[in-house]
Amino acid sequence: MSGNGNEDYKGYRGPALAVLKKYEALVWSDVTIRTDRGEFRGLILPRNEMADPEHIVLKMSTGYNIGLHVGGMQEITIHGRKVANYKIPEKAFPYSEGKPRVKLLGTGGTIASRLDYRTGAVIPAFSPGELYGSVPELADVCNLETEKLYGVFSENMGPEQWIGLAEAVGREIAAGVDGIVVGHGTDTMHHTAAILSFMVQGSPVPIVMVGSQRSSDRPSSDAAINLMNATRTAATSDLAEVMVCMFGPTSDQYGLLHQGTRVRKMHSSYRSTFRTLSDIPLGKVDQDGVTPFRNDYRRRRADRDVTVKAVFDDRVSLVYYYPGMKPDIIDSLVDHGYKGIIIAGTGLGHVNRPLYPALERAHKAGVSMFMTVQTLWGFVQMYVYETGREIMELGVVPAANMLPEVAYMKLGWALGQTQDPAEVAAIMLTPIARDITEREPYNGYLVYQGGIPEVDQFLSEHWK
Amino acid sequence: MNDVSRYDPLQGAPLPVLGAWGEPEYRSLGLMSGLEVHQQLLTSRKLFCRCPAGRYATSHHAEILRHMRPTLSEMGDYDGTALMEFKTRKNITYLLNDETVCTYEMDDAPPFEMNPEALDHAVRVSLMLGLQVVDEIHIARKQYLDGSIPTGFQRTAIIGVQGAVPHRGRRIGIRQLSIEEDSCREVSDRGHARVYRTDRLGMPLIETVTDPDMHTPWDVAAVCDTLRRLARASGLVRTGVGAARQDVNVSIRGGSRVEIKGVPSIKRIPRLVHNEALRQRSLLAIRDVLRERGVTAASLRDASRDVTNIVQAAEGGYLREAVARGARVAAVPLPGFEGLVSTPTQPHTRFLKEFSDRVRVVACLDSLPNVVCSTSEVTTLSSAEWGRIERACGVGRDTPIMVVWGDERDVRTATGEILLRAREACEGVPEETRQALPDDTTGFERVLPGPSRMYPDTDLPPVVLGAERLARLAIDLPPPPWERLARLQRDGVGEDLAGRLALHPAFALYAHLQPRLGDDTLTATGLASLLLDRDLPRPSSVPAAGPWWDHALDELRAGRVLPEGIWWSDDEPIAALPPEAARAAFAAALAELPADLPAAPGPRLRTMMGRVMPALRGRVSGRQAAAWVEETTS
Repeated sequence: MSGNGNEDYKGYRGPALAVLKKYEALVWSDVTIRTDRGEFRGLILPRNEMADPEHIVLKMSTGYNIGLHVGGMQEITIHGRKVANYKIPEKAFPYSEGKPRVKLLGTGGTIASRLDYRTGAVIPAFSPGELYGSVPELADVCNLETEKLYGVFSENMGPEQWIGLAEAVGREIAAGVDGIVVGHGTDTMHHTAAILSFMVQGSPVPIVMVGSQRSSDRPSSDAAINLMNATRTAATSDLAEVMVCMFGPTSDQYGLLHQGTRVRKMHSSYRSTFRTLSDIPLGKVDQDGVTPFRNDYRRRRADRDVTVKAVFDDRVSLVYYYPGMKPDIIDSLVDHGYKGIIIAGTGLGHVNRPLYPALERAHKAGVSMFMTVQTLWGFVQMYVYETGREIMELGVVPAANMLPEVAYMKLGWALGQTQDPAEVAAIMLTPIARDITEREPYNGYLVYQGGIPEVDQFLSEHWK
Repeated sequence: MNDVSRYDPLQGAPLPVLGAWGEPEYRSLGLMSGLEVHQQLLTSRKLFCRCPAGRYATSHHAEILRHMRPTLSEMGDYDGTALMEFKTRKNITYLLNDETVCTYEMDDAPPFEMNPEALDHAVRVSLMLGLQVVDEIHIARKQYLDGSIPTGFQRTAIIGVQGAVPHRGRRIGIRQLSIEEDSCREVSDRGHARVYRTDRLGMPLIETVTDPDMHTPWDVAAVCDTLRRLARASGLVRTGVGAARQDVNVSIRGGSRVEIKGVPSIKRIPRLVHNEALRQRSLLAIRDVLRERGVTAASLRDASRDVTNIVQAAEGGYLREAVARGARVAAVPLPGFEGLVSTPTQPHTRFLKEFSDRVRVVACLDSLPNVVCSTSEVTTLSSAEWGRIERACGVGRDTPIMVVWGDERDVRTATGEILLRAREACEGVPEETRQALPDDTTGFERVLPGPSRMYPDTDLPPVVLGAERLARLAIDLPPPPWERLARLQRDGVGEDLAGRLALHPAFALYAHLQPRLGDDTLTATGLASLLLDRDLPRPSSVPAAGPWWDHALDELRAGRVLPEGIWWSDDEPIAALPPEAARAAFAAALAELPADLPAAPGPRLRTMMGRVMPALRGRVSGRQAAAWVEETTS
C-alpha cells in the first residue's frame, strides 16, 4: 500500500483522496464539511497511509481528531490553511570552558523524538540544538557534540551499522573526547553493546549506550533521565567500559550501568527492562553521580590508545533449540554456507539425539559450533550428562556462561577475523570484556518471585 | 433597577450575595457559562486494560516515583499548563494496590484495545443526547502534567458532536461527548511531593461538554442536573460518591474563560458561578485602573530584590524564624498597583490571594501565609524594616511590595510568578483552571490548558464503528427525558411522578406496560407509582421484568388481582378474594379489634383501618375496606 506521494494530500488515497481533490481541500486546510448528518468544522490532517481510504481526519478547535466517512459528504468549504510547524525548539547548545567533552552518536531510537502523525511513527530529533531544546539539563554536565550515524529502528541494525559505529567510536576517541554516548533503540541494544565490546577494546573513556522504553514524545518518558544519566556517566565516570545505561527500578530514581556483554532486555515494555545476568552491574548513576558496585573495572585513562577490530562475518546463526527439532534445520544452514552456529540448548547445554548426524555433518564441513544455555543464567556444563559428552564429540564447543546473543555477536566477529575453526574457537573462549566470567556470584541470579510475603514486603519498602 | 452598575468593587462596597441579582443583572454582566459533566460508565473492566473497574482500595502494596516533562503537540506547540506544571518540579508518588492496577496503569505496558462494553455505553448515551456519532474514533492523548495520570496524558476520544438539550424553552448546545480514562485520586500535595492512589485510574468515563449557553447561575445548575439524570436514565453510568463530577466554565463580558474544576455537587454550582462572576468583575475593574495609570505588561520590569539580610536583622516574627532555618527572602515591588492589592475579589478574599495562590501552586511554597504585602500586612515586619525593604526596592511607602520566602529555587520561581500575575492583571482575567473551595470561592489550580495539549495516540489505531454496530446500539434506545416527560403528561401521570419516572431506568418498563392498561383497572399514575415507589424485589429492565408484569396485568384485567395485590406482592401477585370471602375476612378482622377505640369519628376510623388492613393486605381493595369500616361505625 502506498500513499498518493503528494504532500498536499498526505496519506489520502481512494475515495477520500477523490473527495479532497474535488474541493481542492489540501491537508492543513481549515474547512467546514457538510454531510448528510450535519456540519463539521476543523483542520484537515494528513492521514496515516496504512489507514483505510474512506475517512477524512479533522482536527477540531478543541484539539480532538475525528474521522468522517466520505459517504455522506455533500460539500467542503475552505476557510483558510494553517500548516503545522512541528519542530522541537532548537537552541544553540552552550559551550562551557572546562566541562568534559562528550560525543553523542545516534543510530536511531527515541531518545529525543517527535511524532509523525501520518504513520504514527516516532521520528528521532537529534542535533545538539534539538537535544538542548528538550533536555537543557545536559548543558550542566558537559559540552555536547552529536553525530547522526544512522536513523534506524534497532531491529534494523546489522553488520554494516555495527562496523560503522565501532569505527566512529574509534575516531572520536582519537579526536580526544572524554566520553561517548550511543543513542540506540532498546530492542537490540544488548546485541550492539556486545559487538562494541568486542570491536572496540581497551577504550580509555566510557562508552555508554542509552535508549528509552517510553518514547520522548510522552511526558512520562524515561528518555530525558536516561540521557542525563548516560551523559553524566560518559562525562564524569571512571568506568572505561562499554556499558548500557537504563532505568534500575521502574521509578525515576537511578540508572544501572550494565556491562555490554552481560546485559539483556528482559521485559517487552517495563522501563527497568535491562538486567545484568549471572553477574552484578558495574554500578549505578543518578543526579548525584556514578557509584560503582565493584572494583575490577577498567579505569579511565588520559591516553588515546584503543584497538578497533571492526569486522563481522554474517554467515552465523543462533539456533534456539526446542524438543522435537529436526536435523534439517542444521542441514539447511550448512547447505546455505553458514560458517558458524550458536546453539541455545536446554539445561546445561543439550539437544536431542536426532540432531547428531546433522551436527557431525556440520562439523565436518568446517562449521564452528558453540553451545550456550537458553536458561540464560548459569554455565554450560556438558560433562554432567552423557548427552553433553556425545554432543561435544560431534564438534560442539561449550561456551561457558556467554549469553546466547553475545556468543552470536562474538562468533560473527571471530569469523570476520579468521576462518580457521581452531583459531575461531580460541577467540571465542578467550574472555574479552566479561563475556565469559570465571565465577558466578550468588547474587548474579535474582528473579524475585512475587507473592512470597517477604519479597512483597521488600518491594513495598525498598523497590520504589 | 440594575445593581451591577452600582456595584463598584474598588469603592469597598459589600459584595452582592447570591440572590441579590436576577437574570437582567447577570445578562448585563454578560455572564456565559458552560459545563463539562463527567460520569463513570458502568462496566466490569477498565477502559484500556483488564483490571476491574469500580474497586476502591485504602491500602497499597507498592509505590513508584515519577516526574513529568512537557512534550510538543502535533501542531508544534508546547501547552502553557504543561510548562507551568514542569516549573513545579513535583516528585509524584503512585500507590499501587495489586487488586486494582496492572503494569498498564503504571505506564509500564502499552494499552490493550479499547473496552468494547465501554465504547458501546458511550455510543448509546451519545445517541440519547441526539449527538452525531463520529464515523471513525480517534484516540487522543490529552496532557496532564500534574501527575494525576502516570503516562502524563489521558487517553480520550470524541464519540459524538453537535447535540442539544431543551431547557426552559431554549436549546442548550451539546458540543461533544468523549470517552476517557479516569485519573488517580490525590492523597496529598505538600511542597514538592504529591501522592496519588491509582485504583480509580483507567476507569471509563464519559465527558459531556455543553456550549456556553447558560446565562444565570441557576441555569447552570439546572442544565447540569438534566445532563446527569439523562445519563443516569440510561442505566449505563455509575452512581454514588465520586461517580459524577463536573467542571463549570464561567466568563463575563471582557473577562476570560475560567474553568472551575471538579465541582462535587450540583447544589454548589450557583454560588460558585456567582462568585466567579464577581471575581472577574473585580479583576476587570483593577485592569481599568492600571490602564488609566499607564501600567502595562511591558512596563512592569523585574525589580525583585533579595532582602534576606534585612529580615535576618529583624527582631522576631515568623519571617525572621524562617531565615534562621535557612530560607531566602525576596521582595517584588509592584509600582502602579497602589491601592489595588486589597480589592475584594470574592467573599472574604482579596486581590492579594491571586498572587498567593500562584506562589502556592507553582513555587510549591504552600505553608500560609506565603506572601506578605507592604501595604496590607504591616505586622509581619516593623515599619523600620519595611522602610529598609522599600529603600532596597527603590519605591515609596504606597507602592505595594510582595515579600516571599523559602528555598532559594522556590523563591526564584515565586518572584517570577508574582511578576507574571501582575502582568496578567494589566490584561484583565487570566484563563485559569480553578478549584472549588469549601466556602464556594475558587482558588488557582493551573493555567487553563489549550488545544495544544492534545496529540494523537500512536499506540492504538482509530476505531471504525460501522453501520452494523451503530444500528445495534440504536435498538431500544430510551427516548430522552424531555420526550418521556411529554409522553407521561399525555398519559395523565401526576406531575411529581412524571418528573421522577422520566429520569428513571424503569421508564422503559412503563413504556412497555402502559399500552396494556385497561380503562378501569389501573391508571397510568397508578402504574408509575407501582414502578417507582414500591421497591419490588426484581430488576426494572424490560427483558428481565417484562414477563412478570405482563402476567400481573393479565391477572389484574381478569379481576383475579387488585392493584394492591401487585403493590404488596413478594414473588407472585397476591390473589384478590371473591366478594363473599372478602366480606368474611373483613368480619374476622373486625372481631379482633380491641374495645377501647377512640370515640371521635375521625381517629376512630383511622385506627380501625390501621388494625384491619394488615390482615386484608393485597387481597381486598383499600377503598372497599374503608367503605365497610364506615358502614360499621355509622
